[in-house]
Amino acid sequence: MPTNIIMPQMGESVFEGTITRWLKKEGDRVLRDEPLFEISTDKVDTEIPSPVGGILRKIICPVGAKVPIHTVVAIVDESGAPAEEAVPRGAAAPVRAEPAPVAGLDPTEAETRRFAPPAGGCGTGAGGPPRPVAAEGPLLLEVSSEAPLALRDQVVPMSPMRERIAEHMVRSRRTAAHAATVFEADVTRIVEIREREKRDFEIVTGTRLTYTPFFAAACVQALREFPILNSSVEGKNIVYRKEIHLGVAVALPDGLIVPVIRNAGERSFVDLCRTLNDLAERARTKRLSVEEVQGGTFTITNPGPYGGLFGTPIINQPQVAILGIGTIERRPVVVHEAIAIRSMCYLCLSFDHRVVDGAVADRFMARLKGILQEWTIPIR
Amino acid sequence: MRAGKICRWRFAGLVPYGEGRLLQRDLVRRRLAGEIPDTLLLVEHPHVITLGKMARPEHVRRTRPGVEVVETDRGGDVTYHGPGQIVAYPILDLREHRRDVRWYLDRLEEVMIRVVARYGLRGERRPGATGVWVGGAKIGSIGVRVERWITSHGFALNVATDLSYFDLIVPCGLEGVRMTSLEKEVGRAVDPGEVRRGVVEAFGGVFHRVMEEIPG
Repeated sequence: MPTNIIMPQMGESVFEGTITRWLKKEGDRVLRDEPLFEISTDKVDTEIPSPVGGILRKIICPVGAKVPIHTVVAIVDESGAPAEEAVPRGAAAPVRAEPAPVAGLDPTEAETRRFAPPAGGCGTGAGGPPRPVAAEGPLLLEVSSEAPLALRDQVVPMSPMRERIAEHMVRSRRTAAHAATVFEADVTRIVEIREREKRDFEIVTGTRLTYTPFFAAACVQALREFPILNSSVEGKNIVYRKEIHLGVAVALPDGLIVPVIRNAGERSFVDLCRTLNDLAERARTKRLSVEEVQGGTFTITNPGPYGGLFGTPIINQPQVAILGIGTIERRPVVVHEAIAIRSMCYLCLSFDHRVVDGAVADRFMARLKGILQEWTIPIR
Repeated sequence: MRAGKICRWRFAGLVPYGEGRLLQRDLVRRRLAGEIPDTLLLVEHPHVITLGKMARPEHVRRTRPGVEVVETDRGGDVTYHGPGQIVAYPILDLREHRRDVRWYLDRLEEVMIRVVARYGLRGERRPGATGVWVGGAKIGSIGVRVERWITSHGFALNVATDLSYFDLIVPCGLEGVRMTSLEKEVGRAVDPGEVRRGVVEAFGGVFHRVMEEIPG
């Protein structure tokens, strides 16, 4: 049976709340008393548990919607309910209220219409005057499945992070003359070194040996030889950056962030590795300071472990190039007139053709490939 | 004298913001399970700018080295915490007080008003701008979270705060807000321990609880 989930009243003089987060997606199972959504009222954030167990059929009020109390914000279908677990019943949970018996075709419809969000969707601030509630607070209505709740497209305001990403991506596309070049590198040697060294490396240095510092260290060396790739454009000037501040894109569940290894050119391999791990960890736990995501001069990004061969990344302004590192894969390769199994990886450089010519970009990439394939940098 | 309900309190010293959250989460869990009574956690934070869920990123104007910026799960916009500020995290079960978050905010304001009154200051409320104000400047800020009527986060009272740090942000998202501190208003150094004791006492009075210090 579908149960309407209602915006609870969090106090006598509280008449609306803004939905800040849905903790479940449509189709997810929710247990009775399990947190379902979060609301914000003035200076208070509140987590609202589900009054019933079942499947979250429909989210009616999206994140960002300002919703009057007693408005239906979602529907949970109890028929698919898993066995209810003995979660201590929270008092903030909406309570059940019997639909008022009204003369007419369908008593529940009248009730629903009264409290359902107005046709414009949530956040219009309408929805009738707040009704006095019992001290128990929030109400919950049960309606039949014929309830007049049309399926609507879901409107979700962008999170602040998403807004910043969107603005930056479009600005970069508008600013730089994006061009790309793709190389393939044989990183078998690096894979062997890592496999051989990773255990001791972690014991001795206390930090995990990943592939990223290999690529970071190789970039640093190649950038020193091709300073134009470590530059930026300011008006009609090209500014060659003296230091190499290496940005490394980190994927987050709800976006991405690019922490910067400052003075990457002056760091040892171990230092690079440790700094990378630290920045990545704090990026994922949202504990980076603003300085730590600013001032990069070149960026590397890893398009991710989903099997994509390579992507053409968008340049991180005001830089002039960004290196995308593909997945390392074992592939058959011709070596000395024989077919061998080698660990291969695509490297894609997006560069700003305003200042970097294709030939320069290719020479940079050839050098980078050489450094990776004939790895000679001591790792500890 | 009739023995009333107990609220335990503890001053945990200088605690990094993230660690403070962990301490609170643990207390919320235990309060919810009924293992502990109402608890008031007092801390001081190293420099940190915190953004509530509704915070707009442009309310952080700029930053300074050594100032952490974190997103957090309380209500309200952006604020600053730092040395010289008393930060109070009450972990209360509002079912044993009143199930009303607006009432709760009002009571937190009342605690701060009583504390500044001990120093001869008249703390004021402003409609639509939760917090405590002295002579048109804001001295105390509030941001709260409620899970199953258990409270966390709380209020921050500027005692000897370096107010220049508030220039980094638009405090509470309100343009043109002037911040002040107890020391600035009374024009002399104030003993932070004494203010803390004032907070504990006022808290017990406002919420009708016998305040009991957690040893160690």
